[in-house]
Amino acid sequence: MALGDISPADASPGDRKAAGEALFRRKRWLSFGIPGLILAYLVYVFFAFDVPGLVDRARMDNARILVADSYSHKVHVTLDTRSGGFAYSIEGTAKGRFPDHLVPDWIERGDGRVAVDLGRGQSAVVAGDRVILTLPDGRVIDARSSRSGVEARLPDLSEFTVQQSDARLVVFLDGARLTVTRTRIDLFRYFLGWEMFWFDLDSPFYGKSTGELWHLATGAEPVRRGATNLEAMGQDFWSNRVWRHGDVAWALVETMIMAFIGTFGAAIIALPLAFLAARNFTPLGPLRFAVRRVFDFVRGVDGLIWTIVLARAFGPGPMTGALAILLTDTGSFGKMFSEALENVDRKQIEGVQSTGAHPLQRYRFGVIPQVMPIFLSQVLYYFESNTRSATIIGAIVGGGIGLFLTQAIQTQQDWEQVAYYIILIVIMVMIMDSLSGWLRARLIRGDPSGR
Amino acid sequence: MAFLTASPADPRGAYMALTHRRRLYSGLLLVVFVLMFIGTFQVAESRNAGGFWNGLSQIFDFPASAVREFVERIDRFPANLVRFFPSLIETVNIAAASTLFGALMGLVLALLSTRGLALWPRMIPVFRRSMDMLRALPEIVIALVLIFIMGGGPVPAMIAIALHTAGALGKLFSEVAENADLKPVEGLASVGANWTQRMWFGVLPQVAPNFISYAMLRFEINIRASAILGFVGAGGIGFDLRNTMTWGQGRFDQAVAIFILLFLTIVVVDQISSHYRNKLAPAEH
Repeated sequence: MALGDISPADASPGDRKAAGEALFRRKRWLSFGIPGLILAYLVYVFFAFDVPGLVDRARMDNARILVADSYSHKVHVTLDTRSGGFAYSIEGTAKGRFPDHLVPDWIERGDGRVAVDLGRGQSAVVAGDRVILTLPDGRVIDARSSRSGVEARLPDLSEFTVQQSDARLVVFLDGARLTVTRTRIDLFRYFLGWEMFWFDLDSPFYGKSTGELWHLATGAEPVRRGATNLEAMGQDFWSNRVWRHGDVAWALVETMIMAFIGTFGAAIIALPLAFLAARNFTPLGPLRFAVRRVFDFVRGVDGLIWTIVLARAFGPGPMTGALAILLTDTGSFGKMFSEALENVDRKQIEGVQSTGAHPLQRYRFGVIPQVMPIFLSQVLYYFESNTRSATIIGAIVGGGIGLFLTQAIQTQQDWEQVAYYIILIVIMVMIMDSLSGWLRARLIRGDPSGR
Repeated sequence: MAFLTASPADPRGAYMALTHRRRLYSGLLLVVFVLMFIGTFQVAESRNAGGFWNGLSQIFDFPASAVREFVERIDRFPANLVRFFPSLIETVNIAAASTLFGALMGLVLALLSTRGLALWPRMIPVFRRSMDMLRALPEIVIALVLIFIMGGGPVPAMIAIALHTAGALGKLFSEVAENADLKPVEGLASVGANWTQRMWFGVLPQVAPNFISYAMLRFEINIRASAILGFVGAGGIGFDLRNTMTWGQGRFDQAVAIFILLFLTIVVVDQISSHYRNKLAPAEH
């Protein structure tokens, strides 16, 4: 491009040299100046975002809990020191509380005293308001919980993370954790896997091995009256109170519905309006201008703002999310469709016209076949990307899998469910991605751009 | 095809049969689509707190009351603009920094996963799949998890958007790079250039206009994304917007000021970026 400036043959060698040097200067500036500018910007952002302060604020113990919880579960042994009552539960929730006959055998229950095997040679005895925890090498953690505070005698625990204050003691052990506060003593033991994923504790199928389940499903006595065991298993899985498989499946469907109604509704509305915004179909200038500004407006007002405004009128739920997507995309589609219409080949329309077709037929056979492949591929492309947007919008309007995800994250302990939802979302988006790619390839054979 | 092979004795009949069949298929497809649309509409309607028709009549209630309040307190408008401007800058910074990092990451991923250019051709599927994963993860997922670890603020949002951008741009970049002319690369290889040099001097000059144009388009998208992430706690103007919206009555004048700021920013960035994109790649639309 720039070389064009020095090409004239009649330019003197001196001119050419000067022009060449100018070009080199420009290139040098570009190759040093632009990286320099970027670097300066990054330095500015580094301080504007307070990255140095972030290092202090980051909670790496949170990160550890998150990672550990996402692939494992913990069983709590809890002593309420006020009432003296023991509780045994999965993840410390009421839904995961073991009934008497299901308490694991590594918890030994005596009279007012409970011995817990914490694995890897670690064991603990809880009695009264006191816990004595023995490590494999014989070191002993001795802690007492009382109204006035937590008293603890600790050996050297430098290899473990210990958080200690007057009111609270937390020791992160190997695959286990001890927490003592003024009112309770908590022992956690970690196990691999997602507990109660198939059946919750209420189900008679809880804790059965695959072989036992197979036996039950294929021929044994029905566990529940009026249903075969296979049906009962299906019901128990679907209505699992901890993982809520039924609700989660509905949430995924809601998210896809939001994307579906939003995208295709927008396409249906944008199609006629695009004709009004295309120069070759609407000779009326002011009308064209007005329609185009409407497109710009709904596109420019962000999906976030539409979501907020619509949530006030329609209340929380998938319809609100669908309408927010619909409004934003009407603007995008209107703009893209009208551009495609302006590039339509007139010859085809004239050809159809020459056979005596009336205007409607001219549109149907002269215009639509030309633009339909482009429209469809754009719509399908947006459909795929809107599946992702619907997750985010769902988190704001309170619908679909986005809501489940934010709720699970806000409790700050159900990280295994967060991991489960993330996996489901990724699978859903990937399926939509390949579905829209497949449809694009099937419906639009010969579309060269592929987009 | 079928038209050419089927019964040459009666081409007209074969053609009409083919047309009818195609029309039937299109019609069936349309019917299925309409049924799906009505069905899903009713499901969404039944699972929404407020009904569609009911809400449609109230759609202007909130904007009207917000605008009324805004007009009543128009004297505070300049002060509000000044007040929320720093958050707007933060939102734009999040978008810019994440586009920058995401584009760099996407560039590397794209070159590593393009046939003919990849450093380790056997690893192409690995890099492709990892880009798919990055693209499939909605920003909000990464942002919320990082907010739990790092606390609220712009950095989690930036990382979340950058990762998603890397996946999205990586795919587009790789499509462009596939069409790059390999002759300069071979020439550089013949004089002993290593992979980085081959890419830097042989490929990048060819694809840079397209890459920059895609990155600018992404910047527009990322401004919207960063505003949305602010709404879930990641700082910037979205965060302010949520505060003004949830703190009950009497602050809608501020909300409107934020709407206006956000709208203007998006429109201005759209205009600037489309101007430069047209300059860079006139054929693109």
